[in-house]
Amino acid sequence: MGEPGIVFWILSIVILVSGFMVVSLKNIFHCALFLILCLFSVAGIFILLGAEFLAAAQVLIYVGAVAILMIFAIMLTSNLASEKIQQSNENVLVGFFVCVTFAISAVMLLAKTYEGVWGRMTITEPLPSQNIATLGKYLMTKFMLPFEVVSVLLLAAMIGAIVLARKESA
Amino acid sequence: MMLPYLALAAILFSIGLFGVLTRRNTIGILMSLELMFNAVNINFVTFNKFIWTDGLVGQMFAIFIVVVAAAEAVVGLAIVLLLYRNWQGIDTDHVSVMKW
Repeated sequence: MGEPGIVFWILSIVILVSGFMVVSLKNIFHCALFLILCLFSVAGIFILLGAEFLAAAQVLIYVGAVAILMIFAIMLTSNLASEKIQQSNENVLVGFFVCVTFAISAVMLLAKTYEGVWGRMTITEPLPSQNIATLGKYLMTKFMLPFEVVSVLLLAAMIGAIVLARKESA
Repeated sequence: MMLPYLALAAILFSIGLFGVLTRRNTIGILMSLELMFNAVNINFVTFNKFIWTDGLVGQMFAIFIVVVAAAEAVVGLAIVLLLYRNWQGIDTDHVSVMKW
């Protein structure tokens, strides 16, 4: 397994910069647009890691559904021309300190564990070549029960959202 | 070499954590949550590629996480709309009815 190539570094820079924009910009509509960019780049990372189906699902579900849902909610809750679309952060210093500490300790922990344990466990055989076919077989055999449970969860979320967002009088 | 992928996921998770801790806008908090979900997904797929488990189980987990994140976003945004209807604002400091 060689080092990740130039594509990985470009994608990760895009992910980190746009992720930082998502949490720091004042205009929440711009935040949503940067969120879309970030999710797209994460789909690119999935392709690099050999998860083609997950990359496609990422683009369809996150970029196509969740981000658009966010933009809908932004447009329904604030007037785009008004001041209300501006948002501010609070306790920035404390939050920044907590997150930088978390990031540094997590990366150091990962590096140590990689040296000690994972480096020896790393495998060289490739993933199953037929990504989508393998995942489909899993859904019908090994992951049958979670598949059914997650469909019930989606139904519950849909009914819950309808009940919550419905007008009381109707 | 899976360390760069894991480091990317850890830093992305920290950025999302920063957003969740400091944002006052409820939709901003939900967007930061999506960033954290994505960091976790990168971790799952990385381990699936570089450490042998059994076929594509890690990617399967990531798919289920995507489904749960979509459900969470739907319910969360419905709650945001309800907040806006009742309080005319979606900042978290407006919502202090249950605080004592």
